[in-house]
Amino acid sequence: MAEVTYSWPENHKARLIGKRVSRLDGMEKSTGAAKYTYDVNLPKQLVVRALGCPHAHCRVISVDTSAAERVPGVVLVHLIKAPKPGDDPVEIRADGTLLVAVAGETEAIAAEGVSKLKVKYELLESFVADHDLQAAEAKKRTKKAGGGIELDEALGEPGDDDDEEEWEEQKVQELFAQSKYVVEGNYGIDTITHCCLEPHGSTLHWEGDRLKVNLSTQNVSRTDDGYADALKISADEVDVHCEYIGGGFGSKFKPDYWGIAAAEIAKKAGRPVKFLLTRDQELKIGGNRPSGFIDVKLGADENGVVQVWDSHHWGTSGFNGSTVSVGNFPYVFRPKNWRRRATGIITDNEPSVAWRAPNHPQACAITQTAYDDLAAKMHADSLDIFLRNLENIDSPEKSLVYAEQLRIGADLIDWRKHWHLHGKGKRRGSVVEGLGIGIHKWGGTANSSNCLLKIHPDGGVESYCGTQDLGTGTRTICAMVLAETLGLPIEAVKVNIGSSTYPFSGASGGSTTVGAVSESHRRAAQEVLAQLFELVAKKLEVPADKLEASNGSISVVDYSGKAMSWKQACSLIGIQPLEVTSIYKRGDDSPLSSSNVAGCQMARVAVDTDTGVVKIIKMVAVQDMGLVMNRKTAESQVYGAMIMSIAAALFEQRINDPKTGAFINSELDSYRLPRLGDTGELVVHFHEPESERARGVIGLGEPPAISGGAAIANAVCNATGVRVPTLPLTPKRVLDALRTAKG
Amino acid sequence: MSQQSSQGVSRRGFLKGSGAAVAASSVVSSTEAEAAAPGLQVVSGETSITMKVNGKSMAAKVEPRTTLLDVLRYQFDLTGAKPVSLGGSSGASTVLVGGKAVMASTTLALAVAGKEVTTCESLGGDAVPSAFVEHDAQQCGFCTPGFVVAVRAFLNKYPNATEEQIRAGLNGNICRCGTYANILQAVISLVKGN
Repeated sequence: MAEVTYSWPENHKARLIGKRVSRLDGMEKSTGAAKYTYDVNLPKQLVVRALGCPHAHCRVISVDTSAAERVPGVVLVHLIKAPKPGDDPVEIRADGTLLVAVAGETEAIAAEGVSKLKVKYELLESFVADHDLQAAEAKKRTKKAGGGIELDEALGEPGDDDDEEEWEEQKVQELFAQSKYVVEGNYGIDTITHCCLEPHGSTLHWEGDRLKVNLSTQNVSRTDDGYADALKISADEVDVHCEYIGGGFGSKFKPDYWGIAAAEIAKKAGRPVKFLLTRDQELKIGGNRPSGFIDVKLGADENGVVQVWDSHHWGTSGFNGSTVSVGNFPYVFRPKNWRRRATGIITDNEPSVAWRAPNHPQACAITQTAYDDLAAKMHADSLDIFLRNLENIDSPEKSLVYAEQLRIGADLIDWRKHWHLHGKGKRRGSVVEGLGIGIHKWGGTANSSNCLLKIHPDGGVESYCGTQDLGTGTRTICAMVLAETLGLPIEAVKVNIGSSTYPFSGASGGSTTVGAVSESHRRAAQEVLAQLFELVAKKLEVPADKLEASNGSISVVDYSGKAMSWKQACSLIGIQPLEVTSIYKRGDDSPLSSSNVAGCQMARVAVDTDTGVVKIIKMVAVQDMGLVMNRKTAESQVYGAMIMSIAAALFEQRINDPKTGAFINSELDSYRLPRLGDTGELVVHFHEPESERARGVIGLGEPPAISGGAAIANAVCNATGVRVPTLPLTPKRVLDALRTAKG
Repeated sequence: MSQQSSQGVSRRGFLKGSGAAVAASSVVSSTEAEAAAPGLQVVSGETSITMKVNGKSMAAKVEPRTTLLDVLRYQFDLTGAKPVSLGGSSGASTVLVGGKAVMASTTLALAVAGKEVTTCESLGGDAVPSAFVEHDAQQCGFCTPGFVVAVRAFLNKYPNATEEQIRAGLNGNICRCGTYANILQAVISLVKGN
C-alpha cells in the first residue's frame, strides 16, 4: 500500500475545518446532562469532607477524633496531614492544608463530623509579605532565583585583571549615562488562584485490587501512575475517567494528596467515595500563580529604542520560595544589553502550580509597563514606542508579524482617534479615558496523541483517544477532523475521549491539545481512508490515488460516473472492522502542526478619578494561530482569555492577613472575579494571511491570556497620567497612586 | 468557610409553615415563633416531603439542614445545578421555585415542600440552551446550567431587554472560563427572537 502523505485539505475544499461549528456536547452542558466528576453518584458512596488547617504556619500537635466518630452517619475518620497518637507533630506551611478527613453518609454528616474534630496547634511565626523584599531578607525568607547579563559585543570583554562583575557594572552605568531617556520604575502583580468552578477531587471505587477513578483532570492518560506510586499498585490497575471537567487552567494534572486519601478511605471502608474540595479549600490549595514585583531601570536612545535594561524582581510561589521565571525579562522585547536577576520569597502559602501560560502574563505585566512609561516620559505615542522597539525582540523573525498585528489592532480600537498623551485626555466630570498595549508570544507545540479509529462494515465510524475536553471543544475538533477527512457529516462519527483505557493522549497543558488531537485523528483517518481506497479502487477498477471521499461517497476525482456510497464502500471491508491506531509523538516534524505565535492586545478604559473604579470600554485581541480549526470555539478561547486578563488586571488577588498569614478572601464573595457587566466590548481578530494556514495547527489556549493585563495597566496610566504600579488595579490602589502623584 | 453544605440549621430543628417567609424565619426560636404564629410547627429529624420537580411530583427524605441542592443532586440525580459557592455568590445552583430564580444551595429543602421547582434539565426544548449552543456560550460548562436558568428567569421578566439591561441584569452568576461575551450575544439573539 502506498505510504500516506499527511496534509490538510486546501482552503476551498474544506467543509468543516476553519468553519464555525457548534460544539457537539453543547446541549448536554446547557441542560445539565453532562456529568462531571462532582455529579457522579455511585451506589452506597460515602461523601468525604476534610478539615483545612486554619493557620498559615503551625505544628499540629494532636487530633482528637472521638467526637467526630460519634456523629450518627460518620463511617470513618482518616488522618491526612496530622500525627497519629504518639507521633511527632506535623509542621504545616499553608492555610487550608488538609489535616483530617471525615467520611459520612451525606455531605452534611461529613461536614458535621469535621466540625467536631479537636486539634491542638502550636502556632509558629508566619510570613506572607511577598511584595516586601527587605522584610523577606530580614526574616531570611529569600532564595536566589536566577539571573544573568548580556552586553553588546561592541562593548568588548573584561580584561584579565578586571573583576568581571565590577566591569559589567561599569559598562551598565556607562550605557545609562549615554541614554537619552532613563526610566526607573517598580511594578507588580499579585498572586491569583485558579479557582476552578468544579473543585479538585474525585469520585472513585475499588473493584478488587483495581481502582476506578472519576477524576476532575486535564491529564486523563497520565494520572494513573500518580495513584500507582502512592498506593503501591501498578498503573495498569488504575482506570481514570473524565468525560467533563469543570475548569483546570493548569492546576489539574495529578491525583493530588486528597485524591490519594480518597482511594485509601474507599479501600478502608470498602465503599465508593466522593471527595471534592470545598470552595475555600479550592482557593487555598487548589492552585495558585506566583506573584511578581520588580525594580526596573531602562535606558533608551533619542528614538525611544531601549538600549539597556536592568531589573531585579521577586515574588512568591508559596513555601517552596520561587517566583516568576527570570528567562522572559523583559517580555518579548530584548534590548542589546540587559541584566536581570530574580529572588524567590518563601511565604507560608500552598506552592503554586502551572497557570494558563505559566510566567508569561506576570512577566508581560511588570515589564511592558516600563516600556509604556518610557513613552510617557518622552511625551510620545505608546504605539510608536512599541513599534520602534520591535527592532530588538527575542524572536527577531517575528518583528514584521508584530508590526502588522499592532497596525490591525490600532485600526480596530481606533487608536489614532482616541489617542492622547499620558494624562492629557479630555475629562468628563471625574472620568478620564486611555489606551494601552501589550504584546505576547507562545509556543503551542502539539502534544503526543494516539487515536484508535474503527470503521465498521456497516459504515459506522468510532474513535478512541485518551484526551480530555478542558472547555476547548476537543470532542468537536476530533469529530470535525474525522468527518472532514472521511467525507462524512459530523454526526456520522462517534468520538470517545476521557478514559485512560483509550490510547494515550497528552495532558491538556501549554496549548497542546487541539494540535495533538488534530494530528492523531487526521493521521488515523487518512490511513484508514487509504486502506478503504485500495478496496474501492479494486472494485471500481480505477487507481486508488484517483479517489476522493466527499459528501458521503467515494468517487473518482473529476469523473463523477464512477463512485460508491460510503456504506457500499465499507461493505467491502469484510466481516471485521477496519482498525488503525495512529501515533503522534510531540516534537515529530509534521506538516499538520507547528509552533510559535505572536499576538497583541489593546485596551481602552475609563477611570473614575473620584472612586478609583476602572471600566473596560473596549478590548481588541489580534492573534495568529496557524490553521484555524473551529473558528467558533477558537474565538471563544480568545474571548475567555481576554476576560481572564481583565480579572487579573482589575479584580482578583489572594489576600493574606499580614499578621496571621491567613488567606482571608477565599470565598467567591470576597475573591472578586469579573461578572458579565464588567467586560466591555471585546473584539477578536485572527491574523491569518495565507502563510499562516500553511503552518498547520498551533495551540491557542495560552497566548491570548497573556498581554491583556499589560494593555489594561498601560491604558489606566495613559488615562490618568499616573502609573498604578501593582495589578490588580483595585479602586484603592488607583486612588492611592493618584494621591501620591498629587503629593 | 463553606465546609458544610447545610450550615446555619442543625439537623434537629426547623420551623415548618406554608410560605417561603417561614423559611427565612428559621433563626427565630421555636417558642417565639409559636407565640407569633400559632400555625407553625417545629420539625426535627428526618421527614418526608414532596415537591413538584420539572412537572413531576417527587418525594424526598430531608433533615432540617438539607438544602434543595442536596435533594436535587443526591436524591433526584438532577445534577445540573452545581455546588460552586455554597453561599450563593456564584449563581451556579440557580433553579426556579414557583417561577422565581433562587440559589438551590441556600434554599432549605423544607421551605420548598409542596412547591414547583424547575431545573435546567427541563429546558431541553427551551430557546435558551439552543442559543447558548449557537453562540458557544460555554467552555468547561460547569457554570452553564445555572446561567441558562438565570437567563430564562431574566427573559421571563424582561423579554425585550436592551443590551444595557442584559449587562446589568445577569451579574449573579460567575463563569471562570470567561464566556460572558458569548452569553451576551446569546441573550441579545433571544431578545431579537433569532
